[in-house]
Amino acid sequence: MLPTRRGAIGLGVAAVVLAILPLVVQPYYVELVTTALVAAMLALSLQLLVGCTGLVSLGHGAFYGLAAYAVYLVTPENAGLSIAITLPVAMLSAGAAALIVGALSLRTRGFFFLMVTLAFGQMIFFVFHDTKLGGGTDGAYLVRPALSLFGAELTFTRRQRPFALYYVALIQLVAMYLLLVFLLRSLFGRVLEGIRVNEHRMRALGFDTYRYKLAAFVIAGALAGVAGHMWAMHRAFVNPEIVGWHRSAEALLMILLGGLHSLHGPIIGALAFTGLGELPQIMGDYKPFARFFGALGLTDFGLRMQALAERKLLLEGVVILAVVLALPSGLASIRWPRFIRPAWGAGKSRDQRAGS
Amino acid sequence: MSFAGFLAQLLNGVQYGLLLFLIASGLTLIFGVMGIINLAHGSLFMIGAYVAYLVAHASGSAWLALPLALLGGAAFGALLERGLFRHFYQRDHLDQVLLTFALILLFEESRSILIGNDFYSVPVPAIFDYSIPITASFSYSAYRFAVIGACLVLAAALFLWIERTRMGAIIRAAAEKPEMVDVIGIDARRVHMTVFAVGTALALAAGVLAAPLYSVYPGMGDGVLIISFVVVVIGGLGSISGAFWSALLIGLVDTLGKAYTPKVAGLAIYVLMAAVLIWRPTGLFGQRG
Repeated sequence: MLPTRRGAIGLGVAAVVLAILPLVVQPYYVELVTTALVAAMLALSLQLLVGCTGLVSLGHGAFYGLAAYAVYLVTPENAGLSIAITLPVAMLSAGAAALIVGALSLRTRGFFFLMVTLAFGQMIFFVFHDTKLGGGTDGAYLVRPALSLFGAELTFTRRQRPFALYYVALIQLVAMYLLLVFLLRSLFGRVLEGIRVNEHRMRALGFDTYRYKLAAFVIAGALAGVAGHMWAMHRAFVNPEIVGWHRSAEALLMILLGGLHSLHGPIIGALAFTGLGELPQIMGDYKPFARFFGALGLTDFGLRMQALAERKLLLEGVVILAVVLALPSGLASIRWPRFIRPAWGAGKSRDQRAGS
Repeated sequence: MSFAGFLAQLLNGVQYGLLLFLIASGLTLIFGVMGIINLAHGSLFMIGAYVAYLVAHASGSAWLALPLALLGGAAFGALLERGLFRHFYQRDHLDQVLLTFALILLFEESRSILIGNDFYSVPVPAIFDYSIPITASFSYSAYRFAVIGACLVLAAALFLWIERTRMGAIIRAAAEKPEMVDVIGIDARRVHMTVFAVGTALALAAGVLAAPLYSVYPGMGDGVLIISFVVVVIGGLGSISGAFWSALLIGLVDTLGKAYTPKVAGLAIYVLMAAVLIWRPTGLFGQRG
């Protein structure tokens, strides 16, 4: 799960690239990547359960949505609260919900666990969908949490705000990643990995695996709360859609697309998945198929191919199918071709070296 | 609500439950024997409904679509197994999830390209287009009775096949201990193909039967998929009789819930599932462990 030394350098470079990005791209892409960063936080928090502990939850989006609603519920009608209040509130409410849901659903295993977490997630969804608590099905607008601490506040103009939110999201994502690296290197993380590989053995070794799984579930829930809080801060809007099971399924999909066996997989998956949604737009702008076949004299065929290439679900389906057929370990398993691979760092992971 | 109204809702619940059984039985068989979580099963239901729409338009009667769906569905299922799923039995469950999710997208988009994104209604076949009087003041749609009948016939055929034939015995054995079936020299590939063919045929048939009752629309497989998984899980993975009873239970709870307590009806089946699984972690009819 943990990055190799060379992988860590690559991740550092990626973080720097993401930090520079807003300075060079159009504002539209700043918004888009912010959305992707929020999704990456959600997928990363889910990875603690799916990739690390082997618990596939389909109710994770509910904690994310619940946290966004918590921000809405504590914020007064016309004045934003400090992020120093809203973020802990969001994390605590998501964590508390995860404690209750986890305590009950961890009685089941495997596919049953997936379905029970789905059921609890849907219960939380229907609370916001069917009651007037958070504006019902229409959702509700909220005043963004302010970046203030002990009275000192960072303020922004309307033009600056997207950039500020981008960096807030990026900093939180990096912090969450580092926190998870720290967790996985501790005894706690080792026990979680042990549970994924062979839970019976861990129990025979004397670990109370239920408690460890519950702790992981609560931490993952609270971290999903961070993502949900950021969503509320970015969009200044909540609606039941962010609580529903589609959000959980999307997060799971990002993990699968990026890779189950690494911490940075979900981040790659989230960026790729968000980018995939933009592909029809890009295809429509540049019309590569129409041009290519048009140049070959096959204008009709080219136009027909072009029309297909601008269909969103078709593109997504084909790309996902290609990933699952060609890259069994997800996008994170792509390596540099050997001839441009740097010679240093000899390519062995920490685990392999420890084992050999 | 009156007694006649209650009776109508009860019959609706049974009819809905039986339709759910047709979908859930394929899902539970495919999971039980091959260990595949087939997310695209709801899309197969949708394809069935669109087949009914196309056949009804071309020939005037949706009834003709039923044999077509059963035969075509079986062929389509066998083809999917041979071309795609066969290569995924040894892979991680989550890879299979990704594969079947991609299939949902491709099925939906193909439907959009070929037929479009409009809502359609399919007329009830002319021979069933009347109501049968039950009491002096209450009559019930003949078509819904026909659906109940058709579902019962298909369910009975499935039970006989599973319980009384050699292939059925192999399938039961494979659902219990897949390794043993390999060890004693049974050609597992033929079993897998058959199970997929049957599961797909039943899902398409359910779509055909449902088309005149509900309108035919994009994404109609989604809701059905989730509720079928609820059925499969409550019944216990891989158990056909479990799927039957839990499909009836869910059909009744959902229908009666929507009729009498519409405010919390969406919640009811999820509360039921969570309660069942916390009480019995492997479902009502599941094996322990």
